Amino acid sequence: MTSSAASGLAEPPVAGPGPDERLARQSLLRRLLGRPELGALLGAVALFAFFSIVADAFLEAGSFSTVLYAASTYGIMAVGVSLLMIGGEFDLSAGVMVTSAALIAALTAYQFTLNVWAGVVISLALTLALGMVNGLLYVRTKLPSFIITLATFFMLAGLNLGVTKALTGNVASDSVRDMDGFDSARWIFASDIDVLDALKIKITVLWWLLFVAIATWILLRTRVGNWIFAVGGSAASARAVGVPVARVKIGLFMGVAFCAWFSGMHLVFAFATVQSGEGVGNEFLYIICAVIGGCLLTGGYGSAIGAAIGAFIFGMTNKGIVYAEWNPDWFRFFLGAMLLIATVVNLIVRRRVERSS
Amino acid sequence: MTDTADTTGAAPEPGQPEPAMPLIRLTGVGKNYGNIIALRDVSLEASAGEVTCVLGDNGAGKSTLIKIVAGLHRHDTGTFEVQGEKVAFGSPREALDRGIATVYQDLAIVPLMPVWRNFFLGSEKRKGFGLMDIEFMRKTAHGEMAAMGIDLRDVDQPIGTLSGGERQCVAIARAVYFGAKALVLDEPTAALGVKQAGVVLRYIVQARERGLAVIFITHNPHHAYPVGDRFLILNRGQSIGYHAKAEITRDELTALMAGGRELEELAHELDTAGSSATAKQLTKEAKHLGLTDD
Repeated sequence: MTSSAASGLAEPPVAGPGPDERLARQSLLRRLLGRPELGALLGAVALFAFFSIVADAFLEAGSFSTVLYAASTYGIMAVGVSLLMIGGEFDLSAGVMVTSAALIAALTAYQFTLNVWAGVVISLALTLALGMVNGLLYVRTKLPSFIITLATFFMLAGLNLGVTKALTGNVASDSVRDMDGFDSARWIFASDIDVLDALKIKITVLWWLLFVAIATWILLRTRVGNWIFAVGGSAASARAVGVPVARVKIGLFMGVAFCAWFSGMHLVFAFATVQSGEGVGNEFLYIICAVIGGCLLTGGYGSAIGAAIGAFIFGMTNKGIVYAEWNPDWFRFFLGAMLLIATVVNLIVRRRVERSS
Repeated sequence: MTDTADTTGAAPEPGQPEPAMPLIRLTGVGKNYGNIIALRDVSLEASAGEVTCVLGDNGAGKSTLIKIVAGLHRHDTGTFEVQGEKVAFGSPREALDRGIATVYQDLAIVPLMPVWRNFFLGSEKRKGFGLMDIEFMRKTAHGEMAAMGIDLRDVDQPIGTLSGGERQCVAIARAVYFGAKALVLDEPTAALGVKQAGVVLRYIVQARERGLAVIFITHNPHHAYPVGDRFLILNRGQSIGYHAKAEITRDELTALMAGGRELEELAHELDTAGSSATAKQLTKEAKHLGLTDD
C-alpha cells in the first residue's frame, strides 16, 4: 500500500479495476437471486444428486428418457398455465380440458369416419373456443378466475363422460388406430426419436422445449410479454397506460387451451383410445410445476423456464421414487412439501422486491 | 391570457395554433354515479405553460374531475373541449392520443416490473414482428431519468424498489417523454415527506417551463400556491372558487380550502363543548381571513 502511494501514476489503473470488478460480481449475484428460476434450479440439482445416490437405476439412459417424458407431458401444460399465472389468473379446467381435446378429436374422427387430421383440426378450433369461453366469462363477470374455471372444470368433466357414453356406450372412445392419417399424426404427436444409440426420447420432449423457448421469447422480448407481466402485476395500472387488459387475459386462457389441445393430441395418438374420466386433478399438478418454478400465485412474476424446471422436478420425483423402489404412495407427500417450500421462497422474494426504500 | 381566451375562443385560425386558446376547457361539467351527484357545474381551463391547481378536501370531487379529463369516465353534463374541440373520452387511450397524460396517485406502475418496462408500458418501442427494441428502451429510460436529475444504478431494478419521489418522477418523465401536451397529476405530493414533495414540485415547474399544461390536484394549499397559476377550489362536488394567482393570497386560498364557514361552525361546537380558548382562537382566525358572514 505504501509503495503504491510512492510510485504514484503507474499504480491507480491497476488498483482501479479491483473494487469495480467486485461490485460487478456482487450485482451479478443479486441479479441471479432476483431470477424467478433460481430456487427451482437449485432444487432440481439437489434432487438430481439425491436420486442419483439413492437410486442406482436413476442414471441409466433409459430412466433418464422416462423422466424427461414424464416431465414433458406435464411441462407442455405448465407452459400455458405459467403464462396465465404470470398474467394473474388460474385455470382449474386445464386438466379435464386435455381430455376434452383428445375426446373431440377421437370422437369426431371416428363418428364421421374422417381422416384423423380433420379431428385434430376440429379439436384445435373447439378447444381454443373453450379457452375463449373461460376468458370471456372472466372478463365479462369480473368474478375470480378460480370460480369461473372451477365451474367449467365440472361442466367439462361431466360433458366428457356424458357425451362419450352417449356416443360409444362406453367410458372410452373407440380406437382410431386404423383410421386414415393415424401414422402421420402419431409421428408428429407421439413418436420416439433416437438421439444417441442408447437414448431414445419421446417427441413430446422436443415439443416441450420448443414451447418453452417460444413462451420465453414472448415473455421477455415482445410487447405482449410486457403486457402479460403488467396485467398480472397490476391490472388497473396496465389499463390506465393503455394496455388492452381484457384481450391479454382472454389470449392467456386460449394459450392454456392450445397447450391442452396439444397434450390431448398426444394422448390420442399415443394410446389410440381416450378414457373420458381422465385428467381430473392434473390441473393442480400444472399449477404446482409453475409455482415450484418461481411463478407467483398472485401474478406479475415468474418465467416459462422456471415452470419447465418445475416440470422436470416433478418428473424426477415421480419416477425417482419408483427407481429408488420406495412406496409410490409417498409421491404426493413430497409434491406437497415441495410446493410449500417453493411458495415460502417465492413469498420471501416478493417481499424483498416490493420493499420500498 | 385568461381574458383573451374568453373573448377569442370561438374560431381560431386553422393551422395556426391560437396561443390564447386553452388546451383543456371544461364548462359546467357534471357527473352522477347513479343517484349520487359526484360533480356539478364545474368549469376549468388549462393552457400551455401554466399550472392549474385543483384543490379540495377528501370527497370534494377531485378524483371524479380528473377521471373525466383522463378518459376513465364520461361526463354527464356540460362540455369538455380539447383545443377547442368537444370531446367525450371512452378510454384512457383516447385521452393519451389527444396528448393528455395522467399521473395517478398510485402512479399506474407495476411494482414488480423493471423501471424500463414500466417506463414504456403500453407504448413499447418495437422493431417489427412484435419484437421490442429493448436496447433503445433501456437507454432512453435511463437518459430521461438522468435528465430529471435521478441517476438510476440499474434500469432493470423493479420499480417498487425506488423511493416514492423517484417513482413519481418516473411517471412524470414517462408522460413528458411520450409527448404529453397536458399533464394531469393526481395528488403527487400526498404520500411524500417534505423533501421528496419539494423534488416533485420542482418537476412540476420544469414541466410548465417545457410548455406543458399542468393540472395539479392536491389538498395541500402550501404545495399548490408556489407553483400554481390558477386555482380551482372544490367542495362537495361543486366549485367554490376559481381564481388566478394575482387575485388570491396564500392565506385566502388556505381559508377557502378549509371552508371559512365550517371553521366558524367548528368554533361554535367547541365553544359549547367548553373549550372556549380554542374556539376564540378559531373564530378570530376565521374573521381574520375575511371569510365569515358577519
